[in-house]
Amino acid sequence: MINYALELGQTAQPEAVLFYILAPLAVVAAIGMLTVKKAVHSAILLAWIMVTLAIFYIAQDAAFLGIVQIVVYTGAVMMLFLFILMLVGVDSSESLTETIKGLRWIAITASVGFGGLLISLLGRATLGRSTAGLSDANAEGNVEGLAQLIFSDYVWPFEVISALLITAAVGAMVLAHHERTVKRVSQREQSQARFRSGSLAAAAGLPGPGVFALHNAVDVPALLPDGTPAPTSISATLKARGDMLDSAQYQLDNNDNAAEDK
Amino acid sequence: MDSANYLYLSALLFTIGAVGVVIRRNAIVVFMCIELMLNAANLSFVTFSRINGNLEGQVVAFFTMVVAACEVVVGLAIIVTIYRSRRSASVDDANLLKR
Amino acid sequence: MTSNLIVYLIAIPLFSSAALLLAGRKANKWGHLLGTLASASSFGVGAYLFTQMLAQPAEERAMTQKLFTWISVGSFNVDASLLLDQLSICFVLLITGVGTLIHIYSISYMSHDLDRRRFFAYLNLFIASMLLLVLGDSYLNLYVGWEGVGLASYLLIGFWNQKPTYATAAKKAFVMNRVGDLGLSLAIMIAFASMGTVSFAGIEEAAPKASTTTLTAIGIMLLIAAAGKSAQFPLQAWLGDAMAGPTPVSALIHAATMVTAGVYLITRSNFIFDAAPTAQLLVVIVGAITLLFGAVIGTAKDDIKKALAASTMSQIGYMTLAAGLGPAGYAFAIMHLLTHGFFKAGMFLGAGSVMHGMNDEVNMRKYGALRKFMPITFITFGLGYLAIIGVPPFAGFYSKDMIIETALNAGGIKGILLGSITLFGAGLTAFYMTRVMILTFTGTKRWDDDVHPHESPILMWLPMAILAIGSVVSGYLFTRGDALVHWLEPVVAAHEHGEHTYLLPPIVVSGLALTMVLIGVSIAVMMYVRRPVENVAPESVSALTKIVRQDLLQDAANEAIFMRPGQALTKTLIAVDEKVIDGAVHGVGTMAIGSGSGLRKSQTGYVRTYSALILVGAAAIVLGIWVITQ
Repeated sequence: MINYALELGQTAQPEAVLFYILAPLAVVAAIGMLTVKKAVHSAILLAWIMVTLAIFYIAQDAAFLGIVQIVVYTGAVMMLFLFILMLVGVDSSESLTETIKGLRWIAITASVGFGGLLISLLGRATLGRSTAGLSDANAEGNVEGLAQLIFSDYVWPFEVISALLITAAVGAMVLAHHERTVKRVSQREQSQARFRSGSLAAAAGLPGPGVFALHNAVDVPALLPDGTPAPTSISATLKARGDMLDSAQYQLDNNDNAAEDK
Repeated sequence: MDSANYLYLSALLFTIGAVGVVIRRNAIVVFMCIELMLNAANLSFVTFSRINGNLEGQVVAFFTMVVAACEVVVGLAIIVTIYRSRRSASVDDANLLKR
Repeated sequence: MTSNLIVYLIAIPLFSSAALLLAGRKANKWGHLLGTLASASSFGVGAYLFTQMLAQPAEERAMTQKLFTWISVGSFNVDASLLLDQLSICFVLLITGVGTLIHIYSISYMSHDLDRRRFFAYLNLFIASMLLLVLGDSYLNLYVGWEGVGLASYLLIGFWNQKPTYATAAKKAFVMNRVGDLGLSLAIMIAFASMGTVSFAGIEEAAPKASTTTLTAIGIMLLIAAAGKSAQFPLQAWLGDAMAGPTPVSALIHAATMVTAGVYLITRSNFIFDAAPTAQLLVVIVGAITLLFGAVIGTAKDDIKKALAASTMSQIGYMTLAAGLGPAGYAFAIMHLLTHGFFKAGMFLGAGSVMHGMNDEVNMRKYGALRKFMPITFITFGLGYLAIIGVPPFAGFYSKDMIIETALNAGGIKGILLGSITLFGAGLTAFYMTRVMILTFTGTKRWDDDVHPHESPILMWLPMAILAIGSVVSGYLFTRGDALVHWLEPVVAAHEHGEHTYLLPPIVVSGLALTMVLIGVSIAVMMYVRRPVENVAPESVSALTKIVRQDLLQDAANEAIFMRPGQALTKTLIAVDEKVIDGAVHGVGTMAIGSGSGLRKSQTGYVRTYSALILVGAAAIVLGIWVITQ
């Protein structure tokens, strides 16, 4: 490492600068992925790591892969993740306390051993020659070079993978498809059910959120006529996320007193 | 700069991803950690491609991306299905193997 | 060529047996008729073949019929092929002839039995097996028949197997026969190992070249086989219990035919015994012991069938002894076998007839004075009686006299000893048979009031009458001009005329024998005519009598020598099995269960635990690589 540092100091190659700035950031982001509570934050950090890797690809004469990385991963795959998070993961902030006894220590010890040994092995490995570089291979352009390989030597795997992709698409559709087992309840029926239920309060519908004239944000429960907050007035999603403000501070009594004080 | 640095980075990211798979309970985060591991492996392929001076490593990385995309599609569909029946995205709740 | 008729001898009764067994209850109405017809047809074929043989010169009478290649393995070739020669035809005619008569008898005797059809099926099976036994041209073919008659015997002894004691008797007969069968199979194996063939012709050819030790071994094994099948010492104990079967079975299987298979085997194997003097001597000893053994048991039996069974044992002892005397005796053994087939079958049928009239009572002490009630049975039984004790000119006189004569002429001490034994046996025979006659047919009536003795129907007495005629004339016919001896000559090697020195002139021997008979009869008359017979066996008798009543402790001896050590061995083996083998098996099981329930604890069902283990495994692999590449 000292040698690299010296080399860096001596030559200050642009790639080295890039690497030494971005690589620690990527590692920090990766560790952050494991430690943040909310899944959506993890997703953002992962997207950052992927963009970093895309930059590294481009830096390593793999322009095509770099672009594909951004388009496919950060573009498509990460969006898919976010969609799913919206679908199922609204309450997905989890407590980070470990529930399975000893698992965390096993995982950390094993991974430290694994990573340490892997890096140590890499340090020991020698190629016997210096890095060849891709200037020859990319003589006709990176995309053209890849295309030649994919459509000649690797055309069979390519076809197989296309079949896999189609199968996966069909599989996802089959898995995610939900057969309706009961008739869909129409708006008319819903309305009738509300009126026929025991309490007429239900017929009136849920109160809208917000405290009229003082604070009408969606994360503030409405105040009922007797002055108590109505939690039913705000979205369940917000409640699950914990994004609910206490409406007591906007109660009329408090504000009246405040006005008098003024 | 020595290309080996990319390999060290790759190893580090891979290990961190593996830890994430083990310690995180949210199935979606677990999936993201797997993606991280795949990406780390891809970085290695691209680096080796450069070291060896041919593009085959990049081809493999390309294929890996496609396979990873397939895996994400199917995996997320499974998560949705499980969530539908169990109202939970925690991998610890899906412990039918025990019973 | 007439030889391709031979197979029908066996095929007809075999087919009939299969048909009767497979047809089931539908055949109940006509099953007995089919069975009898099958047996009679077989007899007809046999008689026709006999006339064909008579038309041939002596050397060309033997016929063979190859049915198919049975076993062909390398150098080991066995054809399923039949040999009909002068020896076989005697047996064929005896088996089918007496067999047919007994079938006819059984139609009436078994008429009240619900399972009569099954009985006839088994009888036919027996006839077929017995014919295969005597017609097989190799030991292996013979063995099939040998096992077949064993099976038929088992099935028929246990025919009334609803009675546990009968079923046990059948099992006893079967198990004791197995001992003999093992001897036969060992003999076949030794023969094949040393000579590479199992056919009679092949072994006869190879025997002179084989070592005496081998031949002695084969001979002893054959003797064990013969002892098992023919109830000879020391495998004699099953015959008495075999009387559990229906009486026609006792007459056919356990008097006339199957039990003589041992004598057939020894006679057929003459080429082995003639070359193995030790084995031959053993045959004589076994015959002599059984002769006396059976006769002694016979003196104390109150059960009429068991007395006759003991007599059968004793008479077969005569035959075995004669067969053991070599070429001089084979023909007389067969002659006695044939005459015995007539008179003993006749007497068994007579006993059956008596039982039929006496509500199936078998205890002779409850008979008495039956002469008036069953005149035909009395006459036919009486003719058989005269034949067995050897009164001239009845059949037994000729055949037994010849055996005694041959025994006396065996030479030296052996001759004198054997002669005395046979003479003494003749006396004993006269005694116990007279006792049977007196207890059954004369004296005062001792039966219960509800018994109404009556003569049997014609279907029963006709066979008895025919057999009685046979017991009268057969001896004379066989010995007239040495007919049977000359007839059998090509098979059992030449009879050495005039070579042996006569110890005593034949007329003197006959005189001695008749004297012994007279003494035996007189003692019996003194004991059972002069003194009243009690209808329960007296308890205050000498220790000797008590022992004889228990069959000379044959069962006790078997139990002490074989059963108890066998049980002990079995118990030990069971203990070993339970402790060691089961222990090992259960131990493995327990170990698997233990390790399983131990390992189960590591299975939490949490995916994350498994992935953590994968991580640990991956780390271990990397560590391995790290260490290796160092």
